[in-house]
Amino acid sequence: MTIDISQFFQVFFDEAEELLAEMERLLLAVDVDHPDPEDLNAVFRTAHSVKGGASTFGITDMTEVTHILETLLDRVRKGEMPLTAEHVDAFLAAKDILKMQLDGHRHGSSVDQDAVGNVRMMLQSLAQDVPVTAMAPIAPSFHSNEAQAVDHSGGKRYRLELPAMAHREVQALGAELGLMGHVSITPLDKDRNAMLVTTHESLDDLIAICSFVLNPDDMKVTELPPLDDVQAKREGDERAKVENALGYGFFDSTELQPQSAGAAAKDGEGYGFFQPLDEIRANAEASSEDARGYGFFQPVEQIRANAGIVDTGPTPQQIAEEEKKAAAKKEEKAHAVPHGAGAESSSIRVSIEKVDQLINLVGELVITQAMIEQRVGILDPMKHERLLNGVSQLTRNTRDLQEAVMSIRMMPMDFVFSRFPRMVRDLAAKLGKKVDFITNGAATELDKGLIERIVDPLTHLVRNSIDHGIEMPAVRRAAGKSDAGRLFLSAAHQGGNIIIEVSDDGGGLNREKILAKAEQNGVPLSENMSDADVWQLIFAPGFSTAEQVTDVSGRGVGMDVVKRNISAMGGVVDIRSARGFGTTISISLPLTLAILDGMSIRVGEEVYILPLGFVVESLQPVPDDVKEISGKGRVIKVRGEYLPLVPLYQMFDITPRFTDPCQGIVVIIETEGRKACLFIDELVGQQQVVVKNLESNYRKVAGISGATILGDGGVALILDVAALIRSSRQLADEQIFS
Amino acid sequence: MADILSNAAEEIAGHEYLAFTLGKEECGIDILKVQEIRGYEAVTRIANAPEFIKGVINLRGIIIPVVDMRIKFQLGEPVYDQFTVVIILNISGRVVGMVVDSVSDVTTLTPEQVKPAPEMGTAFSSEYMVGLGTIDERMLILVNIDKLMASEEMGLMEQVAA
Repeated sequence: MTIDISQFFQVFFDEAEELLAEMERLLLAVDVDHPDPEDLNAVFRTAHSVKGGASTFGITDMTEVTHILETLLDRVRKGEMPLTAEHVDAFLAAKDILKMQLDGHRHGSSVDQDAVGNVRMMLQSLAQDVPVTAMAPIAPSFHSNEAQAVDHSGGKRYRLELPAMAHREVQALGAELGLMGHVSITPLDKDRNAMLVTTHESLDDLIAICSFVLNPDDMKVTELPPLDDVQAKREGDERAKVENALGYGFFDSTELQPQSAGAAAKDGEGYGFFQPLDEIRANAEASSEDARGYGFFQPVEQIRANAGIVDTGPTPQQIAEEEKKAAAKKEEKAHAVPHGAGAESSSIRVSIEKVDQLINLVGELVITQAMIEQRVGILDPMKHERLLNGVSQLTRNTRDLQEAVMSIRMMPMDFVFSRFPRMVRDLAAKLGKKVDFITNGAATELDKGLIERIVDPLTHLVRNSIDHGIEMPAVRRAAGKSDAGRLFLSAAHQGGNIIIEVSDDGGGLNREKILAKAEQNGVPLSENMSDADVWQLIFAPGFSTAEQVTDVSGRGVGMDVVKRNISAMGGVVDIRSARGFGTTISISLPLTLAILDGMSIRVGEEVYILPLGFVVESLQPVPDDVKEISGKGRVIKVRGEYLPLVPLYQMFDITPRFTDPCQGIVVIIETEGRKACLFIDELVGQQQVVVKNLESNYRKVAGISGATILGDGGVALILDVAALIRSSRQLADEQIFS
Repeated sequence: MADILSNAAEEIAGHEYLAFTLGKEECGIDILKVQEIRGYEAVTRIANAPEFIKGVINLRGIIIPVVDMRIKFQLGEPVYDQFTVVIILNISGRVVGMVVDSVSDVTTLTPEQVKPAPEMGTAFSSEYMVGLGTIDERMLILVNIDKLMASEEMGLMEQVAA
């Protein structure tokens, strides 16, 4: 590969993607009411890094968006403006836009320029009111009359009654108009707002700007007479009182209002319509406006303590309590993420090919080491004591090295889990449900190859749980549960497997409905099926898409795909469900695809590896148990069950030592719920083998799933148990593999 | 891939190539396709594969198939001793071992020395021949090894990809 700039682009793309994911994670974790300055700084750093990278590579559109984002973040983290849920939404939206732009550059996918424009406007509108607040003049005219007199004394005042429109648009419009003069927004009713604009510009200009976002005909414009200071003040007071009486929370809706409140607080008028939390925010604002050397970077508690300077502030006890809470929260967080910032700086980026190459080399080393061990095994231990000691040390070191190298490919489940909070949040909001999302065991490690393949099935299961599992708040309340459903996602090691569980406390599966649907699909059913068997029915293909099993416990869509994906990874899916109490779907996966527990078996001169996971038991049948079915091969009676005999020598055309099962060994293998007896000459031993792909240099071979390298450097083929069992049905034809 | 194949004639003409013998015939392949040459070692047989596919071997951690050209083209006796040679080929990223009787030398051929392949007369179908190379009294059958190894006839690769 030649060295070209595209290599570095790739690095930037990878890095930016990770940074954006990190930003999202941080934003979702941030506590809006008591943001941790460290978190805000971290969010800022990610945005800054993306911006730096983007501008280095001349990706201007991303640079522009990140610049605006960064500006806003900078203010928030410096405490110049309070963090609100609004901000978090805007930041998340900006993150999505950046991701879209990134994908646009990376894969050439389309970028929705309208969305980009919207987000930029939203960010700008959020950012714009702040500097003005710092100087105080933009605070609504009826509160800070002096400033108004200075800036816009000769301006005309217009009252614009806006039609019903999205809150964000109102804000954006406010920001635009803010460039022309003073703007204050007053909510009229649920979706409608009125704007009071004081400006030197003509009415036509105002309307022209408004027409960007709305139809001017829908808007009612009235020109108000200019005010003198006294009048203004009185009117302001009155309006404030009226609004307060009407219960329009100043802080509920628009971004402009906290500042107006802040200004009010500064005036020391104490209208007393603040809710405690808002008060803190407003007061923090006031104190920062005062700028008496209270560092903006001080911890939140400090700023909130400053709130005490306003007489309507919370009592000292309240403050103390709040602080305690915040401190406790912080502590919790610190425990939850013991290695936050430290982890990112101490890692390097290495391509997966290099890692795989390293793993291959170590694999070679292990084989060489095994060979040496074998050779020195025949030496006289007395004469060669030192050599033998050296070799046994080499054995230990090689094993450690192999383990360490294999662990490079392991990644924490966090890579999968971290993408769910956002999805859960969005999906729950869309469906009108309340969901508490809890993850457990995010540090559990899994092979990178598996991590990538588990994402889709897991996403599906999580969606299902929210969509069909967790009920609407009203239904939950009626069932005596809390409004918010709980969705657990957990990962844990269990032996050589990892267990991943998606669990909800929703309605559970409905046995009758599933059975009815299965009957309708023509699935053979028995009268007294166990619950576990019934639940497995939902994995049947076609069980899903046609219609929901029920509105509450559907969980049908594409479950067959989930099952198939997981089976392909060598995993097992298990469902536990109780009506009315919820459902747990448990996935058990092998830790890595690269290493397999195998049983080496011999037929004639050839050695094959049988994956241990499929082996049930091995036995030597007695002649009475072997029955011939005319022209259909043989069966063996094992504890009352007749299992088809699969003679490996016949399938692979080997000259065996034994052709009578009673002399050789039969191994009972099981997969996909079916069993068969594999007839071989002898069992050689049990060992862990490194799985190698046959297809990379050859082609797929029927009955073989892969190959491995034995201790002597030779190659052994790994049997494809599923294919063997399938073929047991066709044995009669003598044409198993052609 | 198609481009590589169509350009192979010109490429080989100006290149060095490796000469080897199969029975009585002397063949040549583009040296750039050769990764290494090694002695024959025990292979692991693949069940139900054609006879000329001897099996797979472990080449420093990767598993590669080994084909015996002598069986494939019915040239000479397939004997395996310490003199049997395996040419390891690297064909568009895939590694394949090819058993031949012996490897003689590496020579450079100018385009003038390469004559068009006759319609018949050699073990290789003219489809897989680039031409005949002449050096003094020697005649080399220049094999388009890319095309041969990727062919359905050899069955070495999944045909969907081709």
